[in-house]
Amino acid sequence: MIRTHVLVCGGTGCTSSGSKSIQAAFNENIEKFGLAEEVKLVQTGCFGLCAEGPVVIVYPDGTFYSRVAAEDVAEIVEEHLLKGRPVKRLEYKGALAEDAHEEDVYANISLNDTAFYKSQTRVALRNCGVINPEEIDEYIAMDGYQALGKVLTEMTPDDVIQCILDSGLRGRGGGGFPTGRKWALTAVNKAPQKYVVCNADEGDPGAFMDRSVLEGDPHAIIEAMAIAGYAIGASQGYVYVRAEYPIAVARLQMAIDQAREYGLLGNNIFGTDFSFDLGIRLGAGAFVCGEETALMTSIEGNRGEPRPRPPYPAVKGLFESPTLENNVETFANVPQIILKGADWFASMGSEKSKGTKVFALGGKIKNTGLVEIPMGTTLRHIIEEIGGGIPNGKKFKAAQTGGPSGGCIPASLIDTEVDYDNLVAIGCMMGSGGLIVMDEDTCMVDMAKFFLEFTVDESCGKCTPCRVGTKRLLEMLNKVTSGKATLEDLDAIEQLCYYIKENSLCGLGQTAPNPVLSTIKFFRDEYLAHIVDKKCPAGVCKDLLKYEIIKDKCIGCGMCARQCPANAISKTDYIAPGKKLPALAIDTDKCVKCGACVGVCKFKAIVKN
Amino acid sequence: MKSLAELQAIKDRMKDRVVLREGVDEKRVVVGMATCGIAAGARPVLNAFVQGVNEAGLASKVSVTQTGCIGICQYEPVVEIFEAGKEKVTYVKMTAEKAAKVIEEHLKNGKVVAEYTIANYKA
Repeated sequence: MIRTHVLVCGGTGCTSSGSKSIQAAFNENIEKFGLAEEVKLVQTGCFGLCAEGPVVIVYPDGTFYSRVAAEDVAEIVEEHLLKGRPVKRLEYKGALAEDAHEEDVYANISLNDTAFYKSQTRVALRNCGVINPEEIDEYIAMDGYQALGKVLTEMTPDDVIQCILDSGLRGRGGGGFPTGRKWALTAVNKAPQKYVVCNADEGDPGAFMDRSVLEGDPHAIIEAMAIAGYAIGASQGYVYVRAEYPIAVARLQMAIDQAREYGLLGNNIFGTDFSFDLGIRLGAGAFVCGEETALMTSIEGNRGEPRPRPPYPAVKGLFESPTLENNVETFANVPQIILKGADWFASMGSEKSKGTKVFALGGKIKNTGLVEIPMGTTLRHIIEEIGGGIPNGKKFKAAQTGGPSGGCIPASLIDTEVDYDNLVAIGCMMGSGGLIVMDEDTCMVDMAKFFLEFTVDESCGKCTPCRVGTKRLLEMLNKVTSGKATLEDLDAIEQLCYYIKENSLCGLGQTAPNPVLSTIKFFRDEYLAHIVDKKCPAGVCKDLLKYEIIKDKCIGCGMCARQCPANAISKTDYIAPGKKLPALAIDTDKCVKCGACVGVCKFKAIVKN
Repeated sequence: MKSLAELQAIKDRMKDRVVLREGVDEKRVVVGMATCGIAAGARPVLNAFVQGVNEAGLASKVSVTQTGCIGICQYEPVVEIFEAGKEKVTYVKMTAEKAAKVIEEHLKNGKVVAEYTIANYKA
């Protein structure tokens, strides 16, 4: 009889920090201590708290172990699983009561009460970190495929579309187009063949929501796509997923095979005359293929380039047939909406943005990871409560949402309630859900440059405004960060941004200037500091930095000179009052601005400005 | 999958296997499993509770876990039952047979089996 479940995270984050060897060690030790009949090891998807990985949870007590190493496993098995003494030193500190005693069975706060999980509402992620994604039966135990059953036996396609419309669900890929409307638009077009496509080509740097859903709950996507197929009248679906997500691809394929075996994909599902099947198509890593028309072109076997809209995919999409395309997270909400009702979903979130949104928290924040919160939660709450704040006592400067297509939210707007419309109102966008937090050490011009470098690399080259425009824009930003720009250049930058936005063919080019425009809007003074004062206030842009030795503080010990890789530090004739040796000085022409000298000077005699 | 009934059958069969992870427990049975407890025979007691709770259909309400030494080694095997808002109940010198009675009376019907509690134990 199984009395204990040991859940080991098998998401990409924890896998790369060694969860495979932890699983092996558990198997070995469970065997060794003769617990195989009592303890079950379960590999799950992402728990969300990636910063604390690899993560292990032991049920029924719910003990949360973080940063577990393979060497720790023998101790967990012997102490906790055999003798019932949780290994306190490995427990996640956020899950312990402050006055926890060794023997106190209620010392562990329930995971759901920790600051990280407390204000989360898990809809899209509800099974991630709970079930084994490689076992269809566990998904079924959690109400899996009940929604598909309900749709096929109790609802007409119009009922389904109406339910999605009423729920207020909007596209989670970034655009925020009402999902029900997209379904309705595709349903009305009559054609012998229609398609359902799932966009899992998650390309924004720092975003990994879709990957985690596919890794942790692949059947939810299969179920939702079948429901969509029934609603719009399609019998074939494709999931377009990045080849860089090997775990997601493998689990999805496994899930499709299991669903076929159970007859949940294929002909006459649940004995009805509805048939639906799915295929996986791998993307080769081009960012532009996340754009819907480019994605379809790529599925067709052609070079992944966008095409003009209209005609929209709902009319003429994949293989010239009406096609419904939704993002992974959008689909992940669908079975829950069908089961719990449109009203339930619409009761969460803000007025125009219903439900929840998954964010990938990254950058200068303590709890790096994946969180799902109701729409309309303030940015302050996300960063300070759930994210645990900024590490090292630094100050929050701005958050970047929407990746290379998005913009930034400055500290002054930290109380913004995050939803589609509020973000657009401040010149930002929701995007797919990457949320990168920046502290006072981040240079906003440099940040804009980073994203622009990304789009320059990823521009497919089909249209000139994007291909040439972003390149020229990057060159102008380089002028700013190297201190060679003038105020006229700043005007030209803004003008070029608007030109690219208005004239590019697809979403990639139309949004590429957003990081630049939004940083100019909120951090114009920082651009001016680079242009007029030739200074980088955050001390990031190397060309504008100068290292100097304060001669009266220097005792002439020579530590810095020995560290300098460029031999740029040498003796002067000056001996400071009260000092015995001549002070040193930095030859700025030779200096490579590595900062090594600052770190070794015990007298704080070297300054960066 | 030809019918909803088939789906429901899989769900019912699996439900007991995943319910452990929901972490909801009205009552929590804690078995002392330190060296003293194991030596005194806590393992069959633990297994009796795990099995009995499942068979009685209480798995979604009662969790069975272990703990270390409670400090009263002479009374092992010791089993404590916690319930939110109530005083904990400590059963001592437990056996698999006594466990069956505790499940039936205490866990199922909410009646403490007074004769097994530490207060009534006579050496």
